[in-house]
Amino acid sequence: MSERQLSYREAVAEAIAEEMRRDPAVFMMGEDIGRHGGAFGASRGLIDEFGSERIRNTPISESVIVGAGVGAALTGMRPIVEIMYVDFAAMAMDSIVNQAAKVKYMFGGHAKVPLTIRSAFGAGRGQAAQHSQSLEAWFNAIPGLLLVMPSTPYDAKGLLKSAIRNDNVVIVLENKLLYGDVGPVPAEEYTIPLGKAAIRREGKDVTLIATSRMCNLAASAIEKLTAEGIDVEFIDPRTIKPLDMETIAASIRKTGRAVVVNEGHRTGGLTSELAARIMDECFDDLDAPVMRVAAEDVPIPYNRRLELEVIPAEKDIVAAVREVVTR
Amino acid sequence: MDSETLLADYRLMLKIRLHEEAAKKLFQEGKVGGTIHLCIGQEAVAVGVIAQLRPDDYIASTHRGHGHMLAKGGELKPMLAEILGKATGYCKGKGGSMHIASLEVGNLGAVGIVSGGLPIAVGAALSAKLRGTDQVTVVAFGDGAGSEGNAHESMNLASLWKLPVLFLCENNQYAVSTRYTNAIAGGSVAKRAAGYDMPSALVDGNDLEAVHFAAQDALRYVRDGHGPYVLECKTYRIEGHYVGDAMVYRTKAEVEEWRRKDPLLHVERLLMERGILTQEACRAIEAEVQAEVDEAVEVAENSPEPSLDSIFEDLYTGEVIR
Repeated sequence: MSERQLSYREAVAEAIAEEMRRDPAVFMMGEDIGRHGGAFGASRGLIDEFGSERIRNTPISESVIVGAGVGAALTGMRPIVEIMYVDFAAMAMDSIVNQAAKVKYMFGGHAKVPLTIRSAFGAGRGQAAQHSQSLEAWFNAIPGLLLVMPSTPYDAKGLLKSAIRNDNVVIVLENKLLYGDVGPVPAEEYTIPLGKAAIRREGKDVTLIATSRMCNLAASAIEKLTAEGIDVEFIDPRTIKPLDMETIAASIRKTGRAVVVNEGHRTGGLTSELAARIMDECFDDLDAPVMRVAAEDVPIPYNRRLELEVIPAEKDIVAAVREVVTR
Repeated sequence: MDSETLLADYRLMLKIRLHEEAAKKLFQEGKVGGTIHLCIGQEAVAVGVIAQLRPDDYIASTHRGHGHMLAKGGELKPMLAEILGKATGYCKGKGGSMHIASLEVGNLGAVGIVSGGLPIAVGAALSAKLRGTDQVTVVAFGDGAGSEGNAHESMNLASLWKLPVLFLCENNQYAVSTRYTNAIAGGSVAKRAAGYDMPSALVDGNDLEAVHFAAQDALRYVRDGHGPYVLECKTYRIEGHYVGDAMVYRTKAEVEEWRRKDPLLHVERLLMERGILTQEACRAIEAEVQAEVDEAVEVAENSPEPSLDSIFEDLYTGEVIR
């Protein structure tokens, strides 16, 4: 087996390149994605192979970038649009929420919107309140959008390829601290189906569910917890919508305990939704309340000490797991 | 205009007018949900521009979009069925008056968010360019949308990329209650085109011929690949913003003045002056169109409601686990 290693950003670029070679309807639009290669380097080199007709560098105009993606998708193309920072999606919320998510349904299904919206999110880089948010809960709350949050280079490639081939609006959120992560990505063609969670570690004491970069924190937390004799089952949902509730429920049936970790805010965040879904569907299997690890309900502060205090850390996951196993 | 086109456009304008009156009556009878926005008085714009398009061209429409749809080739029965929320409507009862769409007709949809259609139209025009066709996209929007950020972003991008889109500003002078003179700095959306390096024209939107010829020039320019174009048609919304609007923001005298400039009366005068139709012939055509509308109303009223099961249909394409 090939053990080729790629960075997360290379995996993203490779997924786009392969899908563009495979299907002439695929093209990409976004800010600074041309010669500059994207703010996070995830489209590096693409313009050399595909040219400026298919790798379309745009002005700073988020609303029309997404809206034009909708129009192109409705008329036979398969666009990938990039919103440089998810914070800037606020400038495009009409195009995302009122148009992209709604047109198929409100037009009675007589439409297909094969649109992929990629964006970078997350804190930890000292970029302060307007370049550090984790807004996945916004998108998850809107029917008509699918939502993917890959945590490894392997998943970033496989899930993005599936998103591009999907006939729906798929939001792919890439954590900006993951772009430099390196991991095995086979050179052979593969895709990962949307809606399938990955069980990263089997265990019997507690189910730990973490998203995107939180998976890295969870993995190191698990090393400590294992040393303490706590046997953690670790699930990366990978796709948030559709959510693989089957895998999550099966795990909780076994462990009776759950901790959910997400970088978004505690109030109305993804952990709220995950905890509620577990309550709805797994209540009888639970031996303890679901514990949540999320960001504090404040904007992300600039100062590094403050920033790290606000977002979830390994110690928070360790503490939550320790607490839930004693309840 | 040649008499054949003039006659066809007259008939189409009548169809829109009588459709709107039927829709108004249905609303007043309590059979229509939500609200309804009529284009009475603006028919010459929809017909003068959109009726010239090819079947494979696209339009993007607005909350006041019934006229655009009929001018693009939409049919009365599924239109009225949709307005009544029936399963046989263009959107199976999920969209209603404000969201009528049909990709078969080339209508990318009426959107209820003011200016929401402009970016979509830019994307359809980009798609045509990338696919190497000579399809054009016409996006209708009101004077109110002209002040949205989407108008700026869309015109700028369309011009940068020389996309085949006609920005059709239907200036009916009121954005709900706010007159365009209080909303558009400079008084005209067309004027702004120069800043985006686009040609533009400002015409009397109640004069079918003026609209038709201006649109002909604009569409030729766009289809020939020169880039986008702004056509502003100054017209008047004879009805309120919605059916039931008390219209405290304008005088009865102003409305009366514009009723005298009714675009349908204008076309009838032309037809008679040119000896194409007599007054009686006009009334006979009107009766024919009225009969079509009446039949469509009856069919729509007797059409089935959507099933409750359909709530979960049409959200996603393909198998998606909820």
